[in-house]
Amino acid sequence: MRNISALVFASGLAFLLLVITWQFILGGAPMLIGEAILQQAAEELGAANLVTSVVLGYRGIDTLGEIAILFTASTATSLVLSSIAEKTSAKSKPGLRDDGTILASSASLFFPLLMTIGLYIILHGHLTPGGGFQGGVILAAAFFLPLLAVPGRGVNHSGLALVEGFAGASFIVIGIIALFQGKAFLQPLFGHGEMGSLLSAGSLPLLYIAVGLKVGAELSGLLANLAEPSGNGDETLSATESASTEQTSMQAEKTKS
Amino acid sequence: MIWVIALMVFIMLVGAVTVLLVDSHVSAIAASSAVSLALSVIFVILQAPDVAMTEAVVGSGLSSVILALALFRLNRNKAKMEQSDA
Repeated sequence: MRNISALVFASGLAFLLLVITWQFILGGAPMLIGEAILQQAAEELGAANLVTSVVLGYRGIDTLGEIAILFTASTATSLVLSSIAEKTSAKSKPGLRDDGTILASSASLFFPLLMTIGLYIILHGHLTPGGGFQGGVILAAAFFLPLLAVPGRGVNHSGLALVEGFAGASFIVIGIIALFQGKAFLQPLFGHGEMGSLLSAGSLPLLYIAVGLKVGAELSGLLANLAEPSGNGDETLSATESASTEQTSMQAEKTKS
Repeated sequence: MIWVIALMVFIMLVGAVTVLLVDSHVSAIAASSAVSLALSVIFVILQAPDVAMTEAVVGSGLSSVILALALFRLNRNKAKMEQSDA
């Protein structure tokens, strides 16, 4: 009943928003910046993927901000989760548990494939759709899959932190090198190269490699932290079935927003 | 092409309502991931492959994994607290 009333509320809100948006004139909005970028980007930056030249070339500082937001979120999450883990790990000692042959062998089968796809998407970010963020998430999935198959194996968190810090620092260093050459912060360096080849678009591929490594290391650390202190999974599965109404309504509200 | 979009919108609506009405939380997470998957198909049709890739990877993959892991953690902590109470 509460769900249905929430549904009615949401549809009323949607109706109001529709009425409000109807007031605006739907026509050719004067997007001067967008037009200018569309015309100039190909010859200015030489990236075959226009989205990359916007994300890293014209809006590089925004990307830096996104990375900073992700870094803050993952740091806070791991801080909270590790403090919980210290309390619980004394009671329940997670032993090496195999979750079945099919999951384990498919995890080891998918690991190289996912790594290849992730690295391909990162390296070809300036040529084909995709880039550092998408490829980084796929890399994180590649590292998380073996952890899902064999829980309690643990990950090398210090190594992940090293990769993450190095990638983030190199992103900023590339931006500062541009400053030393008399350009703006994060302005693309080196020549364009031949458009469409792997070594083109100046420093944009380097920036995307940094973004991809950073996102991959951050997210795999986050997922490992979430999954890590796994006791014997029996109690979790049985507890899932008993869903209290309060949580259901909370989730319903969450999906609305 | 319009029929593919209409089908995807229908799948999204069904998935979104399923999230609200279904009892099990794990099924709700799966339904919300299906919504993201249909949305990524719509992005491909609208010629935005970058956004489609992000939606497929993050929306239907990563966020549902994070939600499921958080759900398991919540349930485990709840079971532990009930055990210590009893």
